[in-house]
Amino acid sequence: MPYKFIEDIAVADVAFEVTGKTLEELFESAALATTNVMIRNLESIKPKVKKTVKIQASDVENLLHKFLSEIVFLKDAKRLVFISYKLKIDEKKNSLEAVLYGDKLDRNKQIHIVDVKAVTWHLFKVEKTQKGWRAQVILDI
Amino acid sequence: MPFVHRDFSKPEFKKISDVIWEVPTSFKQGMRVPVRVFASKGIVDAMDLQVYDQITNVATLPGIVRHAMCMPDGHSGYGFPIGGVAAFDPENGGVISPGGIGFDINCGMRLITTNLTLKDVKPHIKELIDNLFERVPAGVGESGFFKLNVQQFREVAETGAEYAIKQGYGWEEDLERTEENGNMKGADASKVSEKALERGKKQVGTLGSGNHYLEIQHVKPENIFDQEAAKAYGILPDQIVIMFHCGSRGFGHQIGTDYLEKFLGVMQSKYKIQILDKELACAPFNSPEGQDYFAAMKCGINMSFANRQVILHRIREAFSKVMKQSAESLGLKMVYDVAHNTAKIEKYRVDGEVKELVVHRKGATRALGPGNPEVPSFYRHVGQPVIIGGSMETGSWLLAGTKGAEEQTWGSTCHGSGRTMSRSRATRMFDGRKLLQDMMKRGIYVKATSFEGVAEEAGPAYKDVDEVINAAHIAGISKRVVKFLPLGNVKG
Repeated sequence: MPYKFIEDIAVADVAFEVTGKTLEELFESAALATTNVMIRNLESIKPKVKKTVKIQASDVENLLHKFLSEIVFLKDAKRLVFISYKLKIDEKKNSLEAVLYGDKLDRNKQIHIVDVKAVTWHLFKVEKTQKGWRAQVILDI
Repeated sequence: MPFVHRDFSKPEFKKISDVIWEVPTSFKQGMRVPVRVFASKGIVDAMDLQVYDQITNVATLPGIVRHAMCMPDGHSGYGFPIGGVAAFDPENGGVISPGGIGFDINCGMRLITTNLTLKDVKPHIKELIDNLFERVPAGVGESGFFKLNVQQFREVAETGAEYAIKQGYGWEEDLERTEENGNMKGADASKVSEKALERGKKQVGTLGSGNHYLEIQHVKPENIFDQEAAKAYGILPDQIVIMFHCGSRGFGHQIGTDYLEKFLGVMQSKYKIQILDKELACAPFNSPEGQDYFAAMKCGINMSFANRQVILHRIREAFSKVMKQSAESLGLKMVYDVAHNTAKIEKYRVDGEVKELVVHRKGATRALGPGNPEVPSFYRHVGQPVIIGGSMETGSWLLAGTKGAEEQTWGSTCHGSGRTMSRSRATRMFDGRKLLQDMMKRGIYVKATSFEGVAEEAGPAYKDVDEVINAAHIAGISKRVVKFLPLGNVKG
């Protein structure tokens, strides 16, 4: 998996590290990791509903933060969780367009774990590596 | 090793008393005031070092007065540690920071008495918990039965529990038993984003998840430690009480997210404030951004009061249905409702002068002492009730506020027992299904939305709540009144 949960840097919250060859891969994996904190069996989410998202940010970290915050927002406001992400990121303009595919929250179909309240800025980082990109995220539970 | 981490060093503490430890300003560059940790030596030694890094970061914020403080249940979080208390002087550049309140604005506790005893409730415990589980939605992204449009939800945000009572969800007397009478004045929904309103409007009457819960508890006669205060609060030997813990749900979380973003945009460029952690993003209290956040944050406070009010209504319905008596005849009266994630303007004497300060409490409970006019008249002789949720396995507490808290900690004490183990580690170490079976054998029936969620909240993931309470009691920042033991639990 292109993301892994980190055990001991956040006592009350959940931390994960994510990698991607491209920014698009990085963002998709970070969104899946965030969803995986809430739902154990990601494969239970079917791509039934389509949602389009456009985000403009001040830099690439801000862009990832806003994108993940949007995933958390849609979970409450529309009760939607997503399994597939078609992303187009403009690195120079710090903007993205995404088409998200997913389904309504449903405890009869999905195994729910714990709600995510917010994406924190604590030890939040996006950086370019030799192999592509990596990021570290701590979610408030 | 995570690729982003900080190395922490343990401070050299100056011992003020057995339960008060000071970190001098020489510990870290930029500290404007010393740090005080209110805890036993055992707790201080066992705390994760990130707590001290975070609370000393708080000590660098502009306008901070006297000390940055950490309560005995302290553990690391983001921005402030959980259990962090700090007051800022607006006349001296004092700031307001969402990181000193938490995303879950007015996360808090409510306690309800009954005139039932263990003998009355024991045979019905499963039915009661199952019924409560149906009536009080819990878990990921849950919505409630209380259907509101955006305009109605704005009213909730501006008038709090009063709105719920007007709709018939509660008794008039519930309001005077709620901090701020359930309606924090100055809330302005025009300062809240459409997104926050959209996110929160379906969630009034829902518990949430994580460490949020609703519990049926028992008062063993030997667990009453202060007869006078217990009597004033309506607590009797062998009584059954109901306690629950929840906050402002997605509404508060979105307000926090929105304003952190805003503050990060202006803090350095407009106000020249340097911070050591992005989660400490702040703005001067007396600035347009600071005032906007204060008015929006109050909306979060009110939504949470309304949320707990509607949940109380559902509890009264559930008990009435199962016990086949009216809520009135069952004596389902509120003891009190306390917030533990807030910032408020409060008056304190500083160097002989009475000042209005912005008191931040993040995972800390207001604990006003006897005689304080903010305490309801019927409790004023014993002090404000302070409700402390422990882990679902070990028990919870009711304390009384003290003059000692007003003098030492801006009228604050602990809020819970405090985590010691990360959620990921707890999930690996404990099996939720087995834990539920073990608890059942010990007479505690738990109904949860997920087994992983149960494992995360296992008793050993928390500090010993009794040790935390003893530290607060010895430090004089609250007084032990009664300990409650769990019988049944709805776990979010």
